[in-house]
Amino acid sequence: MAKRVGLEVSLAVADAVKMSKAEVVSAYPITPQTHIVEELSHFVANGELDAAFIPVESEHSAMSAAMGSAATGARTYTATSSQGLALMNEMLPIASAMRLPIVMTIANRSLSGPISIWNDHSDIMSIRDVGWVQIFVENGQEAFDISVCAFKIAEDHRVLLPMGVNMDGFMLSHMIEPVEFPDQSDIDDFLPGFTAKMILDPAEPVTMGPVGVPEVYMEAKVQCEQALINSKPVVKEVLDGFAAKFGRQYNLVETNGKEGAKTLFVTMGSLGETVMTSVDEMNADGKDVGQVRIRLWRPFPQEEFLAAVKGADKLIVLDRALSPGGVRGPVASELASLFHGQADAPEIVNVVAGLGGRDVSVDEFKEIYETAQSGGFKDAYTVWGVMSNA
Amino acid sequence: MLNEVDLSKYEKITAKTIPTEKGISSGHRACQGCVEILAMGMVMKAVGRNVIVANATGCMEIVTSPFPQTAWNVPWMHVAFENTSAVASGIEAALKIREKHGKLKGERPKVLAFGGDGATADIGLQALSGALERGHDFTYVCLDNEAYMNTGIQRSSSTPYGAMTTTSPPGSNSIGQSTWKKNVPAIAAAHNIPYVATASPGNYLDLMNKVRKAIAIDGPAYIHIYAVCPTGWGIKSEKGIELSKLAVKTNVFPLYEVIGGKYILKENKNPKPVVDYLKIQRRFRHLSETDVEYIQKRVDAEYAHLAAMASCAAPEEEENDE
Repeated sequence: MAKRVGLEVSLAVADAVKMSKAEVVSAYPITPQTHIVEELSHFVANGELDAAFIPVESEHSAMSAAMGSAATGARTYTATSSQGLALMNEMLPIASAMRLPIVMTIANRSLSGPISIWNDHSDIMSIRDVGWVQIFVENGQEAFDISVCAFKIAEDHRVLLPMGVNMDGFMLSHMIEPVEFPDQSDIDDFLPGFTAKMILDPAEPVTMGPVGVPEVYMEAKVQCEQALINSKPVVKEVLDGFAAKFGRQYNLVETNGKEGAKTLFVTMGSLGETVMTSVDEMNADGKDVGQVRIRLWRPFPQEEFLAAVKGADKLIVLDRALSPGGVRGPVASELASLFHGQADAPEIVNVVAGLGGRDVSVDEFKEIYETAQSGGFKDAYTVWGVMSNA
Repeated sequence: MLNEVDLSKYEKITAKTIPTEKGISSGHRACQGCVEILAMGMVMKAVGRNVIVANATGCMEIVTSPFPQTAWNVPWMHVAFENTSAVASGIEAALKIREKHGKLKGERPKVLAFGGDGATADIGLQALSGALERGHDFTYVCLDNEAYMNTGIQRSSSTPYGAMTTTSPPGSNSIGQSTWKKNVPAIAAAHNIPYVATASPGNYLDLMNKVRKAIAIDGPAYIHIYAVCPTGWGIKSEKGIELSKLAVKTNVFPLYEVIGGKYILKENKNPKPVVDYLKIQRRFRHLSETDVEYIQKRVDAEYAHLAAMASCAAPEEEENDE
């Protein structure tokens, strides 16, 4: 029988990795990801998880060891945050280019400097284009469920790409939430062991990571991008399969609030839950507002997003990272590209908020809504909540 | 720590039993006279076919793997420059757990990591240290051609004192490389790993047998191989092996092992003067007599230190010497 327990979301993720029967975990401590790998090392130490735990000497080595492991055919997991992700940066496009299905939790945290252990999306936005499948979760149950799904998606022979599961550091990773744990046998049915397509094996030698001369480099990159684009229907299929088995449906893009609302908040990550409360309260007050939450960030679910915002004439796009010197924040820029050339494109109001762990309250989202309605956001983007001339 | 090291699985190679099977085939794109690829070939002959290789970025990676060609007859993986030891760690961990889960067919393959001196002494030192400290069952081979040859002969921390490179040029304010060669075998030995050795392709049986010992023992092993680069050092392409022998005979590159913490030095009874070694290489041509004298003194001192380490570790031999 599935059981429901209250626990820290980091620990729920560790349980998901355990129940997914990861074979190799390589990890280096960094706040706020640490509780996940601490718990996994306990599982390995007490025999609950029969895996190799490699306590590497850096995140760069965490990803490098994960790559060696996945190439040798083991189900492989790691987790990181912020500076750790930045240190791994060099390895990430190589992992996707080598088609290695590593699953990594990223407890999103702002990048230094100044040094900050708190949450925003500057870490993940700095590695947007590394060719990984990238997904965001909003709550503890979703963190558990999507972590299990991530192995199934990444290891699918139609995908064979690394996958990053993003969850907001502290604001989600350290929350105590009720999480329903399925039976191990049901997880085993849903997620069989990893069968690699090509591994390092003396019986059938392969050369992995050869030199890409100009005559082949572009073809290799394009094939890799195609693999990422092709992963979208598999992500959908796996999430639908999960819903059929476990009863919890996750879509690539979610909507809530008043149906057919003319103004929609667009969010990604756990701040979406605060916006959800705000939207509910505003709807109760008769406001014409709804919300669209982006779950799959790469590959970007273009059709699903367009369907979700159909009929809206204004999008209030929330970004939790700056694109310094750029036109807008990263999510708003993405959407501006998406709507380029469309006659009925909605107006994009871009608000950058909640950097470095700065809280944004339910009431502030109401204020943001009112400001947007009165045309108060005049610039391409506005950084919300900055103390004037601080 | 002076460990007992189990060498019972060591299978010695003799002149009559040199393996002919090649893990790396000819037809690669190395320079004429490249001793590094020659050394790599010797290592692969000693290791055999049941191996997985992790290779750092560098000359050897480039010349053996221009897609769609490959010189490798064994499974081989190149990821990047500084992380070969970490990649090897992951391969080893995956092999062990897969073996435990009954997913491996046959004997667990050996894990071998190759890096040049830049990949080992400089950019990859941290990853190497981590992998050695964690005790992974793998052999790390440093192929030391004493500079960044792949990018055009820039100095590394393994470049010898006085050598001319493109980033340690001699001049009115410069002798060339101004620092003494970093002692990576000693750093490896400081990790208390079961096996550390230096080797030279001029002494090929010795080299191959050190590889055989490294793969026979359980746990990490480190082999530092002297690898002449005719292009970067300014010697004739047919002189590589001669120079490989001379480096040993002049004590510039002494051959020794550290087995379970115990130093074993092959005694060099009549060392040749260092000048014989220096004068045939263009990279040292600018050195003055005074410079050469200094190098000779330091080479002597380093050899004496090594000999002392070896005698400390083997007191019974010291008594015999007296």
